[in-house]
Order: sequence, then structure tokens, then C-alpha cells
Amino acid sequence: MKAGSKLEKILTSGQFAVTGELGPPRGADVEVIKKKAEHLRGMVDSINVTDNQTSVVRMCSMAVCKLLLEMGLEPNLQMTCRDRNRIAIQSDLLGAYALGIKNVLCLSGDHNKFGDHPQAKNVFDIDSIQLIQTVKQMRDDGKLLSGQECEGVPKFFIGAAANPFGDPFDFRPIRLAKKVEAGVDFIQTQCIYNMEKFREYMKRVVDMGLAEKCYILAGITPLKSLGMARYMAKFVPGLDVPDYYLKRLAGVEKKKQAEEGIKIAIEQIQEVREIEGVAGIHLMAIEWEHKVPEIIKAAGLYPRPEVN
Amino acid sequence: MDADRKQPEEPKVLAFCCMYCAYAAADMAGSMRLTYPPNVEIILVPCTGRVEIHHILEALENGADGVCVAGCEEGSCHFSVGNLKAKKRVAYVKTLLEELGIDPDRVEMFHISASQGPLFAKVASEMTENIRRLGILKWNKQRG
Amino acid sequence: MVVAERKPIKEILAMMAEYKKILLVGCKGCVTVCCAGGTKEVGILASALRIAKKKEGKEFEVIERTLERQCDPEYIEQVASIVENDGIEAILSMACSVGPQYLAKRFNVPVYPALNTTFIGGALEHGVWAEFCQACGNCVIHHFGGICPVSRCSKSLFNGPCGGSAGGKCEINPEVDCAWHLIYERMKALGKLDDMAKVFPIKDWSTSRDGGPRKVVREDMKL
Repeated sequence: MKAGSKLEKILTSGQFAVTGELGPPRGADVEVIKKKAEHLRGMVDSINVTDNQTSVVRMCSMAVCKLLLEMGLEPNLQMTCRDRNRIAIQSDLLGAYALGIKNVLCLSGDHNKFGDHPQAKNVFDIDSIQLIQTVKQMRDDGKLLSGQECEGVPKFFIGAAANPFGDPFDFRPIRLAKKVEAGVDFIQTQCIYNMEKFREYMKRVVDMGLAEKCYILAGITPLKSLGMARYMAKFVPGLDVPDYYLKRLAGVEKKKQAEEGIKIAIEQIQEVREIEGVAGIHLMAIEWEHKVPEIIKAAGLYPRPEVN
Repeated sequence: MDADRKQPEEPKVLAFCCMYCAYAAADMAGSMRLTYPPNVEIILVPCTGRVEIHHILEALENGADGVCVAGCEEGSCHFSVGNLKAKKRVAYVKTLLEELGIDPDRVEMFHISASQGPLFAKVASEMTENIRRLGILKWNKQRG
Repeated sequence: MVVAERKPIKEILAMMAEYKKILLVGCKGCVTVCCAGGTKEVGILASALRIAKKKEGKEFEVIERTLERQCDPEYIEQVASIVENDGIEAILSMACSVGPQYLAKRFNVPVYPALNTTFIGGALEHGVWAEFCQACGNCVIHHFGGICPVSRCSKSLFNGPCGGSAGGKCEINPEVDCAWHLIYERMKALGKLDDMAKVFPIKDWSTSRDGGPRKVVREDMKL
């Protein structure tokens, strides 16, 4: 065991993992977090806590992770390079581990231009792959980037993101290989809608032997409505929503679109389970946490395995 | 520039005219006995591409209430793109005037071929009418 | 070259509000090439300012000069007699921000920048300039097919492209090329895709602005 987190135990024991996601509030309200988290209890093995996603100021990921720990839930700390230099990153990692956080997801971060503070100065001292290296060095060598030995070594299970649909497509498996080389343990992919393209991506990834070197969790985001599907298709760069789903959602009356979206998500989960190299799913039910139990149960992923 | 001005309250329009087209058109208008307002003073230029942004601004600064740049029809410039350059510069001056809080209509670009004497007379009259409507620039009022 | 653009006239006018006589100084270096602060632009701005002041009925005199460069003290010296003897109340510089700093160091009158210094770049076409360098102080473009990821990738990634690269464009703006897409295509054309599979190590930014204000010293050149 590298970190001994629940997520690590489930993945290393060969069981299909399920991770969820929780977006912290744009304020200091703890109740919101508790409410969202309760929907996920028993449904997912680990909960990603986003780090000011889309560059919108939200409660800090580490604090929310600690709140989840207090609730007896396992958090996965998302950490971006957008707002911190290497000093802050290492400091935060040490602090996170001291609080009991064992999973960390290494991200470059959405550009601040998208968020609520486009005037901000961004950092990007290091990038996501270099962040993986940093966490690994701290864990495996017990050393900070300066070479300073850690007094108390942070043992993280190291995650990263992958977008199979970003361009250039041919480079995507190579980029994943770089993350593996940097020392990643698990990967959570961008929301998958174009299943055909994802299959092609996974085929290449498996052929390169990458699926044996890290656990790949397929990203699933249920479409709440035709409007959301259209928005994802049009305005989220590097996200591929085929017309097929738009037509399917347009084909049902508005009241039933949510139901249809859930149906699609369940089908997608079944499909990705069949794909070689997929070790689990990462269910990102954006502001729809209360639907997670329904999806997980319908997908036959409930109850979740117990580990010690 | 101001000495021969007959009516001090009359606006002054400066026209930069290309020798290959608009200037010849003005000439033709004259020989055809077409009338156009005496407010328009013509400056002969070898090509409207020679007219710089600061020439237009300095005209407004020093007595003109309106400036027109009259060049060849698009595609007919004797220096191939001089008139197109002039057109872009006039557009730039318009944005500058807007920034200064001055009506951008005080400056216009026209395309007039050598054979279009009547068009020149019409443009000169319309431009003068327009500038008359916009009024004499404040600093030009005490000129003469 | 250093690329700059003129500040909005309103902002410049606000700076000039209290003055009756100023010296407007252009520069024949980079800002002439990028059409922001050469002789021609000095003439245009001077005229625009005079028009604005006339409109307000205010007295205003602009003395126009364009220096060989504003980033060398000997050229700054060329306007000394004007500044010191002609009742100049303020200096407005049309150089990159180095110019007004040199003028301010030399003369005991208020100095104002008429330009915003935007970036180190080059012309893409007539009238269009783009950023190519961020002066990180340790050039690494040879690792990236001659394309700088520091200045041309929105996130300055060294192991890109990020997930937001779509159709060769950057996630921040469909008009911005994804530098990493360009790097990929270039490396492919060079037959060097294998190099792209290597993890590029963490950069030492101490040679950049992060190491504090920088200085280059050439002992052999010193007088």
C-alpha cells in the first residue's frame, strides 16, 4: 500500500471503484457540504473535492476534505497549480496529510479567465505532471523539491485527470504515459459522452501497457436536461457530446429529460464497464448529488465493497 | 486660409482630392458649370494614400470644420491600394474623434472617378450641408 | 521588439488635465516599428490633445520630439535644454515604459506614460502583433520545436496540451492558437515526437522576474 486509502484498497484488490464529486459552496456554509455529502454516503468509495473549479472562488478544498473526514467519508483532495506556487503546494500537501487526507488529484487548473476573478494573477509555477512528480518525490523519497527531508512523510495515493477528447487526439495516450512516468496511481477522465472515441483511446492506452501501470476511472456526468447537454457540447472546450444524445434528449418531453439523462448515464456506466482497462467510474453529478444513489443502484454498483 | 472667408459663420470643409480622379471630377464639375458650395476648399494630392491621419487632425485643429478625402473607386487606384489605405485612416480618425467627443461625421471618405463631375458636386454639397448641421467647431469660430 | 499600444485618449487627457505646456516625446525604437510611439504617432497624439483642449477652451502647447531611443541616457539628454528652459510643466512619453522611467530619473518634472507596454512579440501581418516571449531568462524553446510554451501557452505548461485544447485552439479564446497543438504538429513534422513523451522537469524561475529585478553586466563593454 502506498497510502492505504479506501480508494487504493478497492482498486488494488481488483474491485470496480466508484468515486464521486462534491463542489464546495461559494460561501462558508458547512450545512451545504454536509447535505451534499450525505447523498454520497455509502454510494461512492471516495469523494473528490474540487479546488475552485472553473476558477470561481469557493470554500477551500482542504477544509472541505477535513469536514468529510469528520463525517467518516473519504475525501480526494483536488489540487490545481493555478493559484499556488511550489512553496504553497508542498505546504498544503503536508498540511492535508496531517489532517488525514490520503488521496490527492493533481491538476493544472482551469484558466482564471473563465471564473469570477478574471483579473487575477495566475501562478502556474509547475504543471500538473510536475505536480505528480512533486507528490511522488515527497512520498517515495521523503523529500521536498529543495531536497530537504520531510519530518513526517506524506503518503498520498496520487491521482490525475485525463481528457481523451482533447486535441490532438493522437497525443492524448502519450500525455497519459507522461503522467504514468511522473508517478500517477490513478486517473479520472473527463466526462465521457463519445463512447466510440473513448474506446479507441482506451485501446491505445491498453496497447501501450498504461492500464497496468495506473487505475483508470471513466468520468461520467449525467445530463440533467437538453439545455445542459447543449451547453456542454457548445461551450466546454475539449468536451465531445455527440448529436446522438442531443437528439435523444430532445425526443422526450421536458419533464422527462432528467429521467432520460439518468438512463443515459446508467447505460454509459454499463458500457465503460465492458471496456478493457477501465478500473472504475468517477461520477460527477454536478449540483445533482441527490441523484447519485439512484444512478449507482440502477447501475448495479450498490452496495459498495467494505475494506479495512 | 481664413482671409478670403466671406461669411464668418459659414463652415469650412477641406477636401483632399486625388489628382487622378476626384480632382479631375471637381475640374469637370467646374467646366460643366455645376455649382457646389464655396465652403469646400480643395487640396490636390498625388494619391489619397498620401493623406496621413495627422493631416486630417491638423486640418480640424487649424480651421476646417469638416474634412473629406476623395479618392478613386475601389480597385482603380493608380498606386493600387492608396485609396484603401486612406479609407482605413479615415475610419481611424473617426474613432479618434469619437474618443475626443467630436462627431465622427465631420470626416468622410468618398470614391469618385474622373468622369463623375456631377457626383463630385453632389458630394461637396451634401458634405457641406452635413457640416453646417454639425456647426462650426468652437475654436474655429473667431477665425475671420 | 517590445510591443506597446496607446492608452485611451481619455486616460491621457485626465493625466494632462492641469497642464498648459508639455513635452511629448516619441521613440524611434520598437514603438516606432509597432506604430505606437514614433514620430507619426507623436504628431497624431499631439494634434488630438490640442483639439481636446481647444474644445474645452483651454490653452495648451505641445512640444513634439522623437528621440533615437529612450532607453539610453545620452538620448534623453537631447531634450534637456527644452525641459529646463522652455517652461515644460510635464513630460508625456510615447516609449515603452522604460522611456518614461529614464525621463523621470533625469528631469525634475512629472512624467506620464502615453502607452501601455504590452509584450515582447513580433508582427503576424501588417498591423497585427502577437506575444512570443516572456523574458523568463532561460530560453528552452529548442525543446519545444522552437515554440515558447511559457509565453504562448495560457497556462505556461511544460508538458501540455491541457484538456482544454480543441481543434488547435486554446480554451481561453477560440482566436488563440493552442501552443501545444503547434508544438505537437511541429515535433511531428521534425520526426521528434519521442521527445514529447519525456516529462519536462520543473523550471527554475529564478532567472525570471521571480528572482527580482534583473541586470545584465558586460565587463568588456564598460567604459
